[in-house]
Amino acid sequence: MSSVPATAKVVVIGAGIVGNSLVHHLAELGWTDIVQLDMGPLPNPGGSTGHASNFIFTVDHSREITDLTLDSVRQYKEMGVFTESGGFEVARTEERMEELRRRMSSAKAWGIEASLVTPEFVKEKVPFLDADQIVGAFWTPGVGVVDSLRAGTIMRENALAKGVLTVVPNVEVEDLGVEDGRIRKVVTSQGDIEAEYVVIACGVWSPKIGDMAGVKIALTPAVHQMISVGPCPQLAEREGEISFPIVRDMDTFCYERQHGADMEVGSYAHRAILHEPEDIPSLDQAKLSPTEMPFTEDDFDPQLEQALELMPELLGAEGAEIRYAINGLLSLTADGSPILGESEVKGLWVSAAVWIKEGPGVGRAVAEWMTHGHSEIDISHSDIARFYPHEREREHVRARTSESFIKTYGIVHPAEQYESDRGVRWSPMADSQKSLGAVFYETVGWERPWWYESNAGLVEKYGDAVMPRENEWDSRWWSPIINAEHLAMRENAGVIDLTAFSTFDITGPGALASVQQTCVAQCDVAVGKVIYTPVLDAKGGFLSDLTVMRLGEDHFRVVTGGAHGRADLQWFTRHLTDAEIHDSTEEISTVGLWGPKARDILSSLTSDDVTDAGFGFLTSREITVKGVDSPVLASRISYVGELGWELYVPFAAAAQLWDALLEAGQDHGAVPVGIGVYGSTGRLEKGYRAFGAELDAERSIVEAGMMRPKVKAADFVGREAYLAQRESAPAAVLCTLTVDDHTSASGVKRYMLGGEPILTPAGELLTDGHGHHPYVTSAGSAPSLGKHVLLAYLPLDQATIGNQLSVSYMEELYPVTVGSVDATALFDPQNERIR
Amino acid sequence: MGNVLVCIKRVPDFSGEVLLAEDGQSADARFVGFTLSDHDSCAVELAVQLASTSGGQATVLTVGSPDSVEQLRSALGVGCAAAVLVEADPVALGPADVAREIAAVVRDHEAAGTAYDLVLLGNDAADSGDFQVGIRLAHELGRPVVTGMQTAAVTDGTVRLQGDGPEGRETYEVPLPAVVTVMEGGVEPRYPTITGRMKAKKIEIGTRPSAQAPAGSGRVRLTLPPPTPSSAELLGEGPEAAASVVDLLNRLGVGR
Repeated sequence: MSSVPATAKVVVIGAGIVGNSLVHHLAELGWTDIVQLDMGPLPNPGGSTGHASNFIFTVDHSREITDLTLDSVRQYKEMGVFTESGGFEVARTEERMEELRRRMSSAKAWGIEASLVTPEFVKEKVPFLDADQIVGAFWTPGVGVVDSLRAGTIMRENALAKGVLTVVPNVEVEDLGVEDGRIRKVVTSQGDIEAEYVVIACGVWSPKIGDMAGVKIALTPAVHQMISVGPCPQLAEREGEISFPIVRDMDTFCYERQHGADMEVGSYAHRAILHEPEDIPSLDQAKLSPTEMPFTEDDFDPQLEQALELMPELLGAEGAEIRYAINGLLSLTADGSPILGESEVKGLWVSAAVWIKEGPGVGRAVAEWMTHGHSEIDISHSDIARFYPHEREREHVRARTSESFIKTYGIVHPAEQYESDRGVRWSPMADSQKSLGAVFYETVGWERPWWYESNAGLVEKYGDAVMPRENEWDSRWWSPIINAEHLAMRENAGVIDLTAFSTFDITGPGALASVQQTCVAQCDVAVGKVIYTPVLDAKGGFLSDLTVMRLGEDHFRVVTGGAHGRADLQWFTRHLTDAEIHDSTEEISTVGLWGPKARDILSSLTSDDVTDAGFGFLTSREITVKGVDSPVLASRISYVGELGWELYVPFAAAAQLWDALLEAGQDHGAVPVGIGVYGSTGRLEKGYRAFGAELDAERSIVEAGMMRPKVKAADFVGREAYLAQRESAPAAVLCTLTVDDHTSASGVKRYMLGGEPILTPAGELLTDGHGHHPYVTSAGSAPSLGKHVLLAYLPLDQATIGNQLSVSYMEELYPVTVGSVDATALFDPQNERIR
Repeated sequence: MGNVLVCIKRVPDFSGEVLLAEDGQSADARFVGFTLSDHDSCAVELAVQLASTSGGQATVLTVGSPDSVEQLRSALGVGCAAAVLVEADPVALGPADVAREIAAVVRDHEAAGTAYDLVLLGNDAADSGDFQVGIRLAHELGRPVVTGMQTAAVTDGTVRLQGDGPEGRETYEVPLPAVVTVMEGGVEPRYPTITGRMKAKKIEIGTRPSAQAPAGSGRVRLTLPPPTPSSAELLGEGPEAAASVVDLLNRLGVGR
């Protein structure tokens, strides 16, 4: 028996597509002394890679997933293991055709060749498909299949050939040694390995290994059923593994993929069948492999009929038998994204819940991240740091994946809400909000009012100014009340619950140094100042944008969006010097008060000076508010472009503050306003950027039009890169556009929701200096302008005010005009209302 | 000849390590699922072939829990035309009980107009390995029985059977009606087709309660034998090993 090395720089646990890709890219990036372990034999240790169907459809609505897929395809091609077959996503219904039109938007936005085709076109390429069953299809010629096991071997052997890798198969990881919050060693069935870094890359087993270090890896093994039918005479006469395009039968949630003389039929149509990582058999206990669980026929039976319907001659052919059938295990997460990055245990990395189509791309990105602290492809949506504690519990993962499994091929609206595991986090004023008819949407567990039915009367008051939407898709998960609340806020005032903000306090002698080195903006300011600042990675890409209040000489409070709060907390925690950080998210509630009447309302509740002279913009101070049993920290800042304050109070006093503001506001026409305004209409009119939409790790301050005249002298992460970015012309420029005409061919007015490509007026692709194509990063109503507003990064030569372009929505072109080529707002460009 | 009855058993689909349920009364199949044993699959295949030659009908029967419907459907999916489930707790039943239950079905069906000229069974159960049901069934029915056969052909009221015996190839000719237990190796069981599977779903399974309470000695508990040590022989590495691999395949009789 071979035994394991006693020490290693990095131990990679897992020899599936992810682990193999990781050791390859780590070796490429100069790492040495790499040890790779797997409990199974090589080249197929028995994980999900071994039974994968191995086909790759390249178009996804997510840019991050698409980028990882495209990078993976490139790598598979370089290794010579990619066979291009082309792929169809066929529609049996008109509703699906509309979704395929939306898919065309994503294809154009990501620059992937694709087209909508007729049933006859499909029939020509897939002669055994019954064209009468479908109404059309989405054709991607670049779809193909890969040999993922061969790819894994090639990558592993590359690293072996460099002399930097030791591979040990058939070895069990029994424990992980953690000391002082840092990974120290891997305990195996063949001895201990002292290691500086460990990467958990063992797919469905990852949670079990993570638990050994107290790291909860929020994925669940789930069944994907697949059968293989053959020999089919139509396939047997062809040479090679695949000679017909892959067909995804979208409306039955199935696919048909040729594999030699057989047709594989895979299904995402069955009930969610989840397993626990501890209940996966060992190699000896398993019938085929540990992740090929016994087939449960009853779950698949309905799909047989549908598959036969689509390909009667092929699947019903004489002698074509069901030769292989499995309940294959794969990894699912609550939000559908992989789990990547360094865990809370220093040096312990995770690279899990990754599919074949993303494997090599993820391997490269994580290896870069481990090496440089950032990756070329932005993978922030997959960051393990994104999870709040409740999101890492198995119950949450089980609930959400049970709900989402059936949507794998589903038509999912971009604003669609989960139904399961709701009501986890309520703000202290939830009772009041419920009585006001709040419609709650969820953000990282928080139930946030998106709008209030109590404001329905305002829709009538403002009439057509609320920009009603006629089309069902455009208005799904939306209400004209949002726009009515917006107009009421601009006319009088709005009270907005912002409890979901993440807040953390940094204190201690090194507090200033800690925030200085993390934030781009000057943080060495007078106590009481409020700072809005980007946070960058070392290559000058956005990690966040947030506000910092200096509450004392050695006390800073960071306030950031709930969705990204955990990652921000981890980043700040990792960059502390001689300071402490305290997460006060669950202690402090925030209420926003904005609008022309905000000062009148607040001054009716306080004897403190809230005049412009006494309480300037971008300052904060504690005030006393009548009826509130706690001092209130008021911060004069605005994300909606109105005069007003964010008001911070302890949870216990938040409902009092909320009630006091609503009551005092009543005389001034103030109404409760939902996040529909705060997160969309209010900011879009003002051109305010949002992290995760306009701002991400692939965008720079210069491109985002957020460059300030000076750069502070103090060092901060990304400073060098930022200085360099300032010296050259940007490759793309964030612009605000307005839609000039919404009328579709059918006469119905259509409203874009985001993600659509921006094209020339004639519908031709535009390309920026990165080689990327412009797409809508955010879309929404600007009710005060009476316009629908789009944000998009345009090529430099297209970024001129008044430039006329078009946006493609559901495969129709709508004229748009560039209204702003920097952060200048279309509404109140001089920011007079904020003062 | 007319109709064939083939009797099967739902058994765990072990190929590696065998696990027992905690109470020791049954095997734990959660990692492997359930299946028909290879002997049973060959019996089903033979039944389907014989019935199709004779123009009769193959009926599949099992004595077991309602879950056994899964295995009945598998047999229906490959060509059996009818299925009978005798509902009983398989753990409580001994081979004598099972034989009596099958005999009761044969008699009742005959009384109702469906006579079985041939009753096929797998040679032995893959889980309990009693090797008894076929012989006991023949005794109950007063019919001749041959065990361990691999092929069967019927001509003029006689079935000609062949199988491998300790001394070499054995051939029997037995007058019908008869009982035969089947060993794997003589026929290649087919997989279900999609249409076969869909047809199988629509066939109603005749379910009946067991005719008698179990009368056998009963089972105390199952135990596992000590694991047989396995050894691996390295045939070599790289292209040089090819010749030894070919040689081995030929010795195993799977080379062509």
